[in-house]
Amino acid sequence: MSNDGNLLQVNDLKVWFGSPKDPIRAVDGITFSVHEGMTVALVGESGCGKSVTAMSLAKLVPSPAGFYAGGEILFDGRDVLKMTDKQLTEVRGGSISYVFQEPGSALNPVFRIGYQIGEAVKLHRRDADTHAETVKLMSMVGLPDPETRMKAYPHELSGGMQQRAMIAMALACRPKLLVADEPTTALDVTIQAQILELLKSLQADLGMAVLLITHNLGLVADIAHFVNVMYAGRIVESGDVEDVLMRPAHPYTRGLLDAVPRLENEGKKMKGIDGSVPHPGRLPQGCKFWPRCPKAQEACRGEEPGITTTDATEKRKPHSFRCYFPL
Amino acid sequence: MNNDKPILEIEDLCVYFKVREGRRELRAVDGVSFSIGRSESLGLVGESGCGKSTVGNAIIGLTPIHSGHVRFDGKDMAGVSGRAQKRFRQQAQMIFQDPFGALNPRMSVGSSIREVLNVHKLVRGRSAQEARVAELLKAVGLEPEYAWRYPHEFSGGQRQRIGIARALALRPALIIADEPVSALDVSVQAQILNLMKELQEKMGLSYLFIAHDLAVVRYMCDRILVMYLGKIVESASSSELFARPAHPYTEALLSAVPDVDKGMRSRKNGSRRIVLNGDVPSPTETIPGCPFHPRCHRAKDICSRKVPETHKLGKGHVSVCHFAEELAG
Repeated sequence: MSNDGNLLQVNDLKVWFGSPKDPIRAVDGITFSVHEGMTVALVGESGCGKSVTAMSLAKLVPSPAGFYAGGEILFDGRDVLKMTDKQLTEVRGGSISYVFQEPGSALNPVFRIGYQIGEAVKLHRRDADTHAETVKLMSMVGLPDPETRMKAYPHELSGGMQQRAMIAMALACRPKLLVADEPTTALDVTIQAQILELLKSLQADLGMAVLLITHNLGLVADIAHFVNVMYAGRIVESGDVEDVLMRPAHPYTRGLLDAVPRLENEGKKMKGIDGSVPHPGRLPQGCKFWPRCPKAQEACRGEEPGITTTDATEKRKPHSFRCYFPL
Repeated sequence: MNNDKPILEIEDLCVYFKVREGRRELRAVDGVSFSIGRSESLGLVGESGCGKSTVGNAIIGLTPIHSGHVRFDGKDMAGVSGRAQKRFRQQAQMIFQDPFGALNPRMSVGSSIREVLNVHKLVRGRSAQEARVAELLKAVGLEPEYAWRYPHEFSGGQRQRIGIARALALRPALIIADEPVSALDVSVQAQILNLMKELQEKMGLSYLFIAHDLAVVRYMCDRILVMYLGKIVESASSSELFARPAHPYTEALLSAVPDVDKGMRSRKNGSRRIVLNGDVPSPTETIPGCPFHPRCHRAKDICSRKVPETHKLGKGHVSVCHFAEELAG
């Protein structure tokens, strides 16, 4: 293993869309890493590029609409972007697997649950006993009575059960990295709590790394070790969850934190972030956040701020941010 | 209008659906009573399938009711038709969860709002209507020029603002908001909630706010009802409910909310949340005793045998649990 236990190392990744002459820069130069067995969160509003980042990890961004304009994605030391189709097939579902937001539309409505979970086993682990393995996976994710549930069609399961089936499928090949793209957004809070506990315990048992993509910092506080905050195709702040959530440096992170409804501040006015994420084809000059930033000054409209990094200590990873006037 | 009387009174509301499975009726709403005062916000909380949306639909007449009374401004509106119903629907408006699904994709935003004015003949004449549309769009924080655009040109938050503008077009007294922010980003949720609060102060609106996220409901509402399997299991003022939850289901809902402060605390001291087992059971099933006992983390013997009574805990705090007094402390 290379990179000091870094399972995934993304360096200066650029994923653009449209024509190469006048591209839409959905992801524009992001660098982050995921250590083995860690949970790393990627946080931001809709349209900030977090899902495109997730898709690109297994080179799933549709081409020719989107293209990789630069950077590298080192998974286990090998660059995913330079892999052949055959190598990619092994990586997809084999060592990197995905859980998506809407289990209802990610499952095929005309096949039984058991068949769909078994399919992944059949594809990647030819020597395994598909039936026995499917039953094992289903009980692992807490689907009760697997022998009968196997015969159910997706519409016969509730949202939470469907998401469990999706997770079973994703775990079929014991992936090293599980990418969970808004895994609980479509679910009730009580079911969300169940799924989060499930992800936590599975991670502890299997030792896999999880990349959690979400817009809710409440979830991040609950489950992640390290957090990257994304805005307009860039990572604007990153660090240990304790550092970033307790002492945010970037006004955008502060804004996201203030927007989460808290149980403990009764009656206080909630603060949203004014306006919305700019279209990636019409980004402002300078810092991409200044039109919405309460602290914006003249300097913010000029040159885009670079990355400032605080020194790492023995216990903590460095805390970095892109802002001229950190909080 | 009389100002002391509640704007809406619901008495023993029952909504049953016929299902083939087991040839039983499905009791989606089973004996729900509550009232909403003028300029009050009442929260209705529960998981999917608990019947909370059916309550909203039944009030406004979108779902036929089996029995019970819906009194608006003192007059019984259950099953009325014709002119009285039209008048009621003008006074009570709805905001839906998915603002894109609620807008006609082939109508410009302006015509969508104008349609409402036409149906109720509230504002006559094209120019007067256009002026009203512009005024409404401004009230919800949008540019008046947006009237010419179509729903697909807007972001989720903007669409929800349009949904609110349309609901306000008829100058209603009551707005039923069914999960108005659960499809939106957190940053946009706060914008919409602030807008709804602001409009309430300006226009003296009453809200029935239906949601599954207690943190959101707490911010919006003066009083909260917690619903489980078609019945109200606990009701109290917001501050009381959060300080002294007296039903295990409320405890579990509170514990499930992803909260930054709580998350940071549990990192330090390793406290764990209450996780409910399983899903809401199907309302066609008969559960002996307390309907919540199979999922309850505090269930004792008595819970599977005896249906709990309503316990009054003072200050309008009511819980339907055998151990209500113990829980409230």
